[in-house]
Order: sequence, then C-alpha cells, then structure tokens
Amino acid sequence: MSTTVSPLPSAYKPSRLGERILACFTWAMIIYTMLPIAVMVVFSFNYAPAGRIALHWLHFTIANYGDAFAIQDLTGALIHSLEVAIGSAVISSILGTPLALALARYRFWGKSATDIVIFADIAAPAVVVGSSLLSLFLALNLPRGLLTIFIAHIAFNLAFAVVVIRARVSGLDGALDRAAADLGAPPWVAFWKVTFPLILPGIVGACMLCFMLSIDDLIITTFVAGQTLTFPLWVYGAVKVGIPPQVFVLSTFIFTGGVVLALINVAVSHRRQAPV
Amino acid sequence: MRQLRGKLAPYLLSLPSWVYLLVFFLIPLASMLGMALAVGDPLSGYTMSDNFQEFVAAFTGYEDAFARSFWYGTASTVITLSVAYPVAYWIAFYGGRHKSTYLFLIMLPFFVSFVIRVLAWEFILSDQGFLFGPLKELGLLPRNFHLLSTQWAVIGGLVYNSFAYYVLPLYVVLEKIDRRLVRAANDLYASPATAFMKIILPLSAPGVFAGFLLVFVTNVGDFVNAALLGGPGTYMIGNIIQDSYFENQDYPMAAALSSILMLMLMIAILLYSKVFGTDTIQEYAA
Repeated sequence: MSTTVSPLPSAYKPSRLGERILACFTWAMIIYTMLPIAVMVVFSFNYAPAGRIALHWLHFTIANYGDAFAIQDLTGALIHSLEVAIGSAVISSILGTPLALALARYRFWGKSATDIVIFADIAAPAVVVGSSLLSLFLALNLPRGLLTIFIAHIAFNLAFAVVVIRARVSGLDGALDRAAADLGAPPWVAFWKVTFPLILPGIVGACMLCFMLSIDDLIITTFVAGQTLTFPLWVYGAVKVGIPPQVFVLSTFIFTGGVVLALINVAVSHRRQAPV
Repeated sequence: MRQLRGKLAPYLLSLPSWVYLLVFFLIPLASMLGMALAVGDPLSGYTMSDNFQEFVAAFTGYEDAFARSFWYGTASTVITLSVAYPVAYWIAFYGGRHKSTYLFLIMLPFFVSFVIRVLAWEFILSDQGFLFGPLKELGLLPRNFHLLSTQWAVIGGLVYNSFAYYVLPLYVVLEKIDRRLVRAANDLYASPATAFMKIILPLSAPGVFAGFLLVFVTNVGDFVNAALLGGPGTYMIGNIIQDSYFENQDYPMAAALSSILMLMLMIAILLYSKVFGTDTIQEYAA
C-alpha cells in the first residue's frame, strides 16, 4: 500500500513529537486508572488495627487474607451479590435473545418504539430507575428484599443484553436460517441447530456484561433493597463506621478472578480464530 | 400458515421483553409521576391531588442542588472528554499490535466494584492519608490544605469513573476512520492541525456525542461520589432524592425530584436522538 502513497510532505514531521507527547499522556492516564486499584490491593496487605483499615501504611501482613470470610454479614452480602448477578444475567439474556432476533431480522410495527424504549432503559439515570421502581413497589405494597433486587437488576440489564445480542445477530447471514427452512427444518429446529450456536458468543457476552453491571450496581440497589444487603451496599453502609480490611481483601479476590476470567476468554477466542 | 407465522414472529419474539419493560420500567416511571402528584404521608396513606405543588416545591426548594448537579455533570463530562480523546486517539492511531492490551488496561477498573473505586479515592485524597500526609510533613503542602469534601474531589471522582466509558466510544469511531484520508490531507499540504480539525474531528463526532450523553446522564444522577468524596456543600440532586426517601420518608417530594430530573434529561436525550438517531448511541452503549 505504501508504494502508492507519495512521500510525506514536511508538514507531517512535527507530529512525531506530538505522538511522543500523546504516548506519555496515555501512559500517565493508564497509571491514573490503576492508582485506586493499586491502593486497594496494597492496603489489603496492611496491618489493620481494631479491624479497620488504616489510612497509613503500618506493616505488611497476610492476616487479613486468613480472616477474609470472618465477617458473616459481609460474606452473606457478597453471596447475595453473586446470586443476583448470575440470576439476573441469565434471565436478562433469555428474555433479551428473542427481542434481539426480532429487532435484527424483522421490520415490524412498533420497532422504532421498541428502539426508543431500549435506548431509554440504557440512558435513564440510575437514580430515576431506582426511585421509580421503589415508587411502584411502595404502591403495590411489595416488601423490598432479594426479589425486588432481582426484578430491578433484570430491568436495567435487559436492554444491555438486547443490544449486545442484537449486534451479534446483525453480523450473521440470515440465509443460513432460510437454508435450514428450505431443507425442511421446522423453525424451532432451525433455531436450535443453526441460529442458536451462531449467536451463542453474543449471548455469553451479554451474560458477562450483565453480570458485571449487576455486581457493580449500588445506586439502583439502594432504592429497592430494603433490609437486604448486597456487597456494594454493605460497603457503602460501612463507610461511616470504618471499613474493615475484608472489604479490600474480597475486592482483590473479585478483581483477580475477573481479570483471570477475561484473560482466559481472550486466550480461548484467539485459539478459536487461529486456524481460520 | 408459514406467512402468517412470519408476520406474527417479531411480535411473539418481542412480547416477553416488552411485558417486562412495560411492567418494570415504563409503569414505574408513570407510577413515580403519580406519586409526585400525591399528598399525604406513609402512615395515613396518600390521596391524589390535582395540583403540581410538590413539583413547584421540589424545584424551588432545591434549585441549588439541581444547578450543582448540572454543573458537576457538565464539568466532569467535559474534563473526561478532554482526557479521553487524546488517549483514544493515540491507541487507535499509534497503538499498533497492542491496541487491545491498552484498552484492557484502561478497562481494568471495571473489575473493581464502583463503590470500592470511590472509596479508594477517598483514601488517596484524605487529608492525613498516605499522599497528602507526608507532603504536609515535608512542608510541600500547607497544613490546612484539603481536597476531600470540595467540589473538585467530587468532580475528580466522576471523571475517574467515567474515563473508560468515554474512551471506548471514542476509540470505536477513531479506529474506523480510513487512514488514507489523513494521508490525502497531508499530500495536499494540510497541516496536521488542519487535517485533524477537518477530517478526524468531524468523523469522530458520533462517538463524542454518544459518550457525552451517556457520561453526562450518569454523572448528573450520581450521588455516591458526592456522598463519599464531597461534604455538606456538595450535595447533588441524587443525594437529596436518596435522603427524601430514606431519611425524611417524604415520598411525594422524592418522586417529584426524580420526575423533574428525568424530564430535564429526557428533553436533552430527545433532542439528541432527533439530531443523531438512536442506533449510534445503542451501538456505543454496549
């Protein structure tokens, strides 16, 4: 390609310096991005007097890791978070897949209205989603707890699931389904044998995104949780009385687990692509 | 039969999601509006009123909190854009083989819970913490210097939390730009600055706008950064809504405040989707 392009005029040269500056800036921003993560990991190894994280570095200890699950409420809250994240991710993907198929493959009355609702669900500020759900639950006299947290998490995850799966479906050749139909496969069989395996990566991606959004959510959950605590809610509530080191220890576990899973995912998809 | 099925298919496929979103997204919004029009208290129950007194009270009573939220939202979004753009630009144009590695590094905070990230900043910025403490000991900072509980700590927290969310849409648009256009501009003796202003900036506009909208909406409605990094003088509308529900149990007031916030942001979003369409935002939202 470079042979067809004329030598660069001199005006291009000054941007070499610009590139260096941009590179330094990018690295500075990457360090800035990692700073709070480093604080979390480093302070999880800090000696914690009276079971509270100290603001200063005292001395290195792994005792916090030995007591990682010593606070029952916190462990319980983490389990709630995991339950809600897994459950809402799976249900959102199950509900979202058919809608994603409809939006990607059909023109129908109400399609643009659907687009707007999906978009509104993504763009609506969390305070509004949370407080509107709370006002519904109050009006229905529905007691707040794990069930209402589930309902709320599916409500905000669903739109994200639809968008991710839809992107995958749009990238597929619709002719494959028609071929299956022409070969006499009933729609249901064509779906499971042809469409589903092809869109599975999109569904898995949607599940992962929903899982991360759900386990991270604090704002919407504060409104609908009642007395039930999730991990972020427990931490938020503990701020006033002091944070126990277990918070940083468990977060370090979550962080490490997430990064390892993501790297495995990258490695697997590279291997799949390699022979092609 | 097959034709009929083909006609019905999209409706059947969208039915489950529609029902869910209707019951747990659209109806709650309506019910919130209803609550905002109600008068009463949790003990004696609510009755509907036909006036907008709660709206007026919400707006006039918390004018400053609304103004502050929009100011924090605007400032944090503009700052995020100005730091995210160069980063996305460098990764897209000079990242080479390691583009996805750089993006991965920028997305690392996603693996740490939002509240923990804000909490870590509270640690870093605290008056006697490991950063400012030693600096004060050495006399490099005045003793009474503090950043925590100022508006800049809140805006800084908002910037940190939206940085990756802004880099991604910008990267997506910048990556798609045909490099030959830039080469052509250079061949025609455009200065790099002109090439940037006339080619790269206009072509990356959809990412700039999509990111702006999502980051702005998220930040205006946030209350966690203000609660952990700010002080009494940095209350945002999210904090007020939160307090109205859980401290004062004034549900109509809380609902009125949320409704006003929603209506204000909805106007912004509608204007946006009229101009740029909804598809692009959805694309980048994911």
